[in-house]
Amino acid sequence: MNLNATLFAQLVVFLILAWFTMKFVWPPIMKALDERAGKIADGLAAADKAKADLAHAEKKAGEELRKARESAAEFRSGAERQVAQLIEEARVEGARIVSAAREAAETEAASASQRAREALREQVAVLAVAGAERILRKEINAQAHAELLTQLKSEL
Amino acid sequence: MAAQGPNASEYIVHHLTHLNSLGQKQAKLVDWSVFHLDTLFWSVTLGLLCILILAKAASKATSGVPGRFQAAVEILVEMVESQSKSIVHGDRSFIAPLALTVFVWIFFMNAMDLLPLDLLPNIWAGIYGAAGHDPHHAYMRIVPTADLNATLGMSLGVLILCVYYSIKIKGIGGWMHELFTAPFGSHPVLYPINFAMQLIEFVAKTVSHGMRLFGNMYAGELIFMLIALMGAAWAGTFGSGLLWIGGVVAGSIWAIFHILIITLQAFIFMMLTLVYIGQAHESH
Repeated sequence: MNLNATLFAQLVVFLILAWFTMKFVWPPIMKALDERAGKIADGLAAADKAKADLAHAEKKAGEELRKARESAAEFRSGAERQVAQLIEEARVEGARIVSAAREAAETEAASASQRAREALREQVAVLAVAGAERILRKEINAQAHAELLTQLKSEL
Repeated sequence: MAAQGPNASEYIVHHLTHLNSLGQKQAKLVDWSVFHLDTLFWSVTLGLLCILILAKAASKATSGVPGRFQAAVEILVEMVESQSKSIVHGDRSFIAPLALTVFVWIFFMNAMDLLPLDLLPNIWAGIYGAAGHDPHHAYMRIVPTADLNATLGMSLGVLILCVYYSIKIKGIGGWMHELFTAPFGSHPVLYPINFAMQLIEFVAKTVSHGMRLFGNMYAGELIFMLIALMGAAWAGTFGSGLLWIGGVVAGSIWAIFHILIITLQAFIFMMLTLVYIGQAHESH
């Protein structure tokens, strides 16, 4: 254990090694570390952003779904309304057609019965005349009794 | 053969003797004309190895996915960076790399303690003998941090940096003002006391900084030698066999424990370097 000039040599070596480290070792490693830290920070930020985007997209999709559901329901109720209206219209139309037909039939029936009655009246007059002819065994002038027959017709 | 072998005292003295530029043991306690060649060789070699490894990591550093080697170096760099950031407030473009160098270099130098105690000295003795010298005088100490010159050299470097940063941050005038007015206050009567306190502080810091590392490594090395002596007691008898087993057990335990010590001492030296330079950045 002696002190000698080794001490100063060691001092110089020490400073040279430290200088070398400062110049050639430290900067590239720190640069790589800082760059990697930056990359990781960027990656984390990108992940956060992606997460936010996903949440946003999910929210938007839900919104769209809700809107679609709403509009579908709206369409359905509109269609139902329309159908009901169509049915109602058809029913009214049908009723109208039925009543028109009934009316027409009634009119027809009435006129037919009128005609039958007319025809019956004619024949009643003829029968009456024929009957009277038979009874009287003589020819009765139809012309002369036309007024009487017309009166009889209207009475029937 | 046994008669020619060194006794315990000779063995230890031989292991604790440096290979110096005199070729014989340094006579005076302090002699500035002498170099410890072994300390210089191993510390420079390990220093080059350490910066080459770091430079290799630095040249391949990528901001993408790091390999295991790069990740390991990055863990070290991050550790040093966070420590230096919390201790030194100011420009750390030199201080943080300095701390990294200190940690890795001292770790490497301390780790020489884990090599088999006689391996490198014996190889050296072979070379020395082959070169025509007396192999009994082939001295080789392979742990540079167990040489007070090495550790004091580094702590002296830290002291110089402290002075440099004190002047850089506070200016000559500011630093002089601090030297004479801290810690007791600004009063002409207190100036010499303050200055004396500051001087004592600087000397104590530097000496304890270097001595702490030296003491730990020197003691560790000495314990390895004692354990080696215990194992070397093997002489074919039962009692010496037990000693041999004791040597193996103790050597294993001490080497495992020493892994902690070499790392811890390197870390402590680095932290104190940062603390002292950090103090130079702060005004009282």
